[in-house]
Amino acid sequence: MIARWLAVIACVALQGIAMGAAAQGQTQAPTQTQTQAADPALEAREIRLAGQLRCVVCQNQTVAESNAPLAADMRRVIRTQLQAGRTDQQVVDFFEQRYGAFVHYSPPFKASTWLLWIGPFALAIIGLTLLLAVLRRRMAHVEATPLTEAQRARARQLLDEESNP
Amino acid sequence: MIPEIGVFALIMALLVAAVQATLPLAGAHWGVVSWMRIARPAAVLQGLFAWTAFGCLATSFLTGDFSVLYVAGNSHSELPAVYRFAAIWGGHEGSMLLWQCLLSAWTVGVALCSRQLPQPYVARVLSVMGMLSIGLLLFLLFLSNPFERLIPAAAQGRDLNPLLQDPGMILHPPLLYMGYVGFSVAFAFGIAALLSGELNAAWARWSRPWTLAAWSFLTLGILLGSAWAYYVLGWGGWWFWDPVENASFMPWLVGTALIHSLIVTDQRGAFRSWTVMLAIAAFSLSLLGTFLVRSGVLTSVHAFAVDPGRGLYILCFMVMVVGSSLLLFAIRAPGVGLGGWFALLSRESLLLVNNVLFSVAAMAVLIGTLYPLLLDVLNGGKISVGPPYFEAVFVPLMVPALVLMGIGPMVRWKRSAPVELRSQLRWAVGASGISALLLAWLLPRGTDATWTPLSAFGLLLAAWCVWSTLVQAAKRLSTAGTQGGSLRLRASRQPLSWWGMLLAHFGIGLFVFGVTLASGFETKRELTLSVGETVSVAGFDFRLDGVDEVPGPNYEAHRAHVQVLRDGEPFVALAPEKRRYRAQEMPLSQAAIDTGLLRDLFVALGDPVDDKTWSARIQVKPFMAWIWIGCVLMALGGLLALADRRYRVARRAPRTARAQRGDDAAARTAEAAS
Amino acid sequence: MKFIAPLIAFLGLAVVLMLGLQRDPRALPSALIDQPLPAIDIPLLQNPEQRFDSTALRGQVWMLNVWASWCGPCQEELPALNVLAHRDRVPLYGLNYKDQPAPAQALLARFGNPYRSSAVDADGRVGMDLGVHGVPETFVIDAAGRVRYRHLGPVNNEIWETKLMPVVKALQ
Repeated sequence: MIARWLAVIACVALQGIAMGAAAQGQTQAPTQTQTQAADPALEAREIRLAGQLRCVVCQNQTVAESNAPLAADMRRVIRTQLQAGRTDQQVVDFFEQRYGAFVHYSPPFKASTWLLWIGPFALAIIGLTLLLAVLRRRMAHVEATPLTEAQRARARQLLDEESNP
Repeated sequence: MIPEIGVFALIMALLVAAVQATLPLAGAHWGVVSWMRIARPAAVLQGLFAWTAFGCLATSFLTGDFSVLYVAGNSHSELPAVYRFAAIWGGHEGSMLLWQCLLSAWTVGVALCSRQLPQPYVARVLSVMGMLSIGLLLFLLFLSNPFERLIPAAAQGRDLNPLLQDPGMILHPPLLYMGYVGFSVAFAFGIAALLSGELNAAWARWSRPWTLAAWSFLTLGILLGSAWAYYVLGWGGWWFWDPVENASFMPWLVGTALIHSLIVTDQRGAFRSWTVMLAIAAFSLSLLGTFLVRSGVLTSVHAFAVDPGRGLYILCFMVMVVGSSLLLFAIRAPGVGLGGWFALLSRESLLLVNNVLFSVAAMAVLIGTLYPLLLDVLNGGKISVGPPYFEAVFVPLMVPALVLMGIGPMVRWKRSAPVELRSQLRWAVGASGISALLLAWLLPRGTDATWTPLSAFGLLLAAWCVWSTLVQAAKRLSTAGTQGGSLRLRASRQPLSWWGMLLAHFGIGLFVFGVTLASGFETKRELTLSVGETVSVAGFDFRLDGVDEVPGPNYEAHRAHVQVLRDGEPFVALAPEKRRYRAQEMPLSQAAIDTGLLRDLFVALGDPVDDKTWSARIQVKPFMAWIWIGCVLMALGGLLALADRRYRVARRAPRTARAQRGDDAAARTAEAAS
Repeated sequence: MKFIAPLIAFLGLAVVLMLGLQRDPRALPSALIDQPLPAIDIPLLQNPEQRFDSTALRGQVWMLNVWASWCGPCQEELPALNVLAHRDRVPLYGLNYKDQPAPAQALLARFGNPYRSSAVDADGRVGMDLGVHGVPETFVIDAAGRVRYRHLGPVNNEIWETKLMPVVKALQ
């Protein structure tokens, strides 16, 4: 009983760590300390931001990858804004104001996208709860019944027949 | 002449498929043996016709027959021969023909390798596959004819897209389609079982090798696509959560749930309706993927030439196939019994939790891929759903599955007490923790990167996957059987499916390890480099020695010579290229990658700033190769598992039913004893 | 009951996909609709000492056309714009996007100048503020200075009559 609860708590804790880590992993920049200044850190932020923005012209590449002139412009704007001290979110907002939510590869979290963000986790919880309920009901219906004496005798007979064809 | 033979072959294939789809099914229903016996020869004949058509298209490509519209659109006189062959599936019509031919190939495989299955069952399976063939052949003949003529013939072809002129093109689509299409076998098996009303453990036993084969091929196909993107696209990325990538990933996720669910149904006769539902779902997702790629509803780098008419046909075909199977399921499934009893803590329940998690993961990918479309249809605006979303949603869903992957094999069938697991868990958890800490202490020596919670967690998870697999393997090998004997003897007594599982789970551990370290600790730089200049990235020095102009068979290229040094000593020479293909005037950056066990060095050329300076992208990715190694081990595990003797048992001389039951009982005891 | 759920869910999906076949996934609506026009403080093409003043245009419905001399479709639409803007007496202003003054002036001299004046956006910053991603684009701005409609691509007779003029008339 206690073990079962401990197991549940451990699962939830693991989940929490996983989700927190995943969410954190996105905003963390791998810091490169090649040369002295904050430049490499800024460069890393630039690359990461450009990787999160969608090239509006070709639409299938990130701003980091795209060769389109507009993408080059956007990369330049990202660099100037980061150098001016803007935060990552401010830069994203700048582009969303001009090109709409389409330009950001991470969808917004608002009423129209609740289903998108919460849906998978809700499905997981519902699925696992349903599974538990079904398994419990099943345990009640399908009993493990021991063999009757007649069945045991028949089994012995069958196995004997095996060795004496 | 030859293209006309191709069309004729397709028509004949259609006629034979029509026979194959109807008579055996009717024969199985009314017990007419002669009709049922038509199934196998019909399947073989249909396969011969389909591959004849393929041969005709291949001939047209290899001889450079530009009077065929499709050849003119995808080939060129200067295209090397091997790419002329690969160009067959470079466009929509040819790849649909490949789809059909592979479907025929799987059908022939089922026809020839199913002697031990009851005749009515085989008849139904082949009929279902025949129906699928009819749908595809109609599509090919009326809406996507690869043999359509171009009159007057073009003087020169438009060339294969330069991005596709790569060894990856030769292997990736065929292997991927083998997987996609292979799930049609599991689908047909399931439908046949529902039709006959005999949805039992035997069906699962018959289905397993076919499903494992399809799954292994799909794993390899996805792996190759990913590796190809990495080596060719010049960005250093290997998975973009692009709609077409997701379209192949969803069947894989459901396929993984399916192969695990089949184990439960096979061994314990339990949850049969859920397993058949997964079989239907896996193939439905294959069809959905085909629709998404070819209809133009979603933008993607992979999307074929878009035509709403074709999209509509595929949608209708999908609605007919999936709709009728789900209807059949709704009618027949309620009558299926419950199967054997098992406790809340047992291998069965853990496998079922695995089912739920993988199915939800597949649904999450589906929701993410289709949500922009849904919102657009509802006039809710345009959004993009990309890697940030999928990573935030998919990873937390998979983590419990990976944890369970370690525990599952330790747990017994039917009922397990927690106390039995204690010693194995202690070993596994302990070893994982210690090895993770050791690695964490050893690893960052190469780079100066710091640990994040995500990478630490990933490392622990990878260690858990590896150690839990090893621990339960050790336990099983040490206690296997009452006879003892040498280690080799005990090992040889284990069924191949167990070895396959070991290999696949071990591969997943390596995969998680590779992903964690390559993503968490990669160093990416975008910079300009002049000839003679050296730049230092992650402990390596990259020196641009010069840039040459190099002609290729159908392109002109600038090739840079980059010398990589470590601690002042020459390490490796890399030669990235910037190519300009003559026919389509398209520039392409060919990255130079040095793959090592410990890290990958990645250099790609950008645009020239002046004749001595080029912009470049340099990346150092630790343990990148382990991603590929892990996936290959997964696929090998699947192939090993399907070679298990139990699936081949009935191939020998006819045996009595009792002897067969005895054999099964013995095998089951061996499994249960672990 | 629960066994019919997958079928119903699938049919719902099929409906969404069917509707999706009629949509264009590449079409991107403007993010500026019903928003105030961003400030455009850049010199004019014909008189570089003067600057474009969009606030002076308050009180009338006008159109802003983004064009460039390096853009083929822009050349195609200039004659039509010439005729239509004058015929329907709609104030039409130009935004010369990422262009050089000499070729821009040359283009106008060759095909006619339909614009009351053109502003020079040499580095594309104003274009980015307007959410421009493909040239030519045409905006309809109302009397209060808000963007009300955006058309992507060249303007011809049909588009003018069926898409742009109805918006202009409704606003006037």
